[in-house]
Amino acid sequence: MLDRAQSPALTGLWAAKHTTMSAETDAERGRRFREAALPHLDDVYTLARYLLRDKADADDAVQECYLRALRHFDSYRGPAMKPWLLAILRNVCNAEFARRAAQRTTPADAPQEPVNDEPLWQEPQASPETELIRHCDGETIRRLVAALPPAFREAVVLRDINNLSYCDIAEVAGVPVGTVMSRLARARSMLRAAWNAEEGTAS
Amino acid sequence: MNCSEAEILIHALLDNELDAGHACEVEAHISGCADCTKRLAAFRSMRQSMAEANLKEAAPLYLRERIEALVPAPSSAAATAASEAPAPRIAPWRISRRFFAGGFATGAVFSGAIAATLVVGVFRSDEDRLITGEVISAHMRSLQPGHLTDVETSDQHTVKPWFNGKLDMAPPVIDLTAQGFTLIGGRLDDVNGETAAAIVYRRRNHVINLFVARESGSGHETIASYNRHGFNVRQWTKDGLDFWAVSDINGAELDEFCQKLVAALTPAPSRS
Repeated sequence: MLDRAQSPALTGLWAAKHTTMSAETDAERGRRFREAALPHLDDVYTLARYLLRDKADADDAVQECYLRALRHFDSYRGPAMKPWLLAILRNVCNAEFARRAAQRTTPADAPQEPVNDEPLWQEPQASPETELIRHCDGETIRRLVAALPPAFREAVVLRDINNLSYCDIAEVAGVPVGTVMSRLARARSMLRAAWNAEEGTAS
Repeated sequence: MNCSEAEILIHALLDNELDAGHACEVEAHISGCADCTKRLAAFRSMRQSMAEANLKEAAPLYLRERIEALVPAPSSAAATAASEAPAPRIAPWRISRRFFAGGFATGAVFSGAIAATLVVGVFRSDEDRLITGEVISAHMRSLQPGHLTDVETSDQHTVKPWFNGKLDMAPPVIDLTAQGFTLIGGRLDDVNGETAAAIVYRRRNHVINLFVARESGSGHETIASYNRHGFNVRQWTKDGLDFWAVSDINGAELDEFCQKLVAALTPAPSRS
């Protein structure tokens, strides 16, 4: 009987075989990951662009998101892949916000990120209702959406651009469906007010 | 129900998120309330404008490449483990040269070369796969700003004559708007070194490129399906023309698109 340790040739053979097997598993896992996660790349990228409002930061966040997703892919048992990836992306973005806030050397008790994001317009509570929404080009709409405060921007992007259901949005944002509904209502009201204001200045 | 409740539920109604009972309640309120009726109309048209503006951002090619590089590629992993020489493959420059020889518009050459390099790692076994890679590259190229259409219109009678004199065949231009696939225009593109017509459709926020070229000989009478890099490709040959439909929509919807297109191209036996 040969002990494995005493036979370099056999040890090599065993190691090679072992590596091959695990490599095949890796390849299979890689293939599954590609098929499941890559089709959602544009959705993940879209959310990153709108949340971070910076192209280079969005690139980095998306890459970090896919790294984390790949790392945790073995323990992934659902939900659907798209909300799962978007939830990871959102965590990555929040970490980025925390980093930015720390860099900014503001007083410790100053509220984070959203403060300067409050839109300049106010929601016209008592203004006459009009059913007209005139044409705005894509660039303008992008700018208006990007100007919404983070939580509301996120709701609009997930619903109206990424086409997620309320349940999926609740999962991504980690809030109850009721909160999703009220945020969405408020977000669209803000957007509509900004939209109307935009038309006023444009003409 | 009062207006402040309805103000929130209107959105759930628009988004089809209400069960029948709640939907009825909201609709009952709206029908009796002029303000809420206007509100609903405004949000509906805002939503429509947003859907039409195509606000989704396409991930740039370099990012797609970076992310693909994170995932262990099957071929390279196996090759390293077995300590064998990598399988013979077509060098990227050969494809790039083919692409250059094909004669793109200058603006498209650079992104085309990137796209070609990107797909060549995967498609190397046979001609079919190579062409599949090319049409996916062409599809990705078309999504770069300003590359999607040379003639932009939803009118098939404008798109079809536009191709006159630009191609040595007459590509069929079918308007499938009524079937849920909006015709948005056409452009000239390049498949397998031949000039091809690209007819562009939109399904929700997704673009479908339909490439049409003269039959190259290795045709498929039935529709062949491929899925690469998250893109679905359907290929078939009919009446001396090769067709490729490429999109990131799901396979079932692309199948539906192909079936409707093929049905529209087939003369109906009766006038029903």
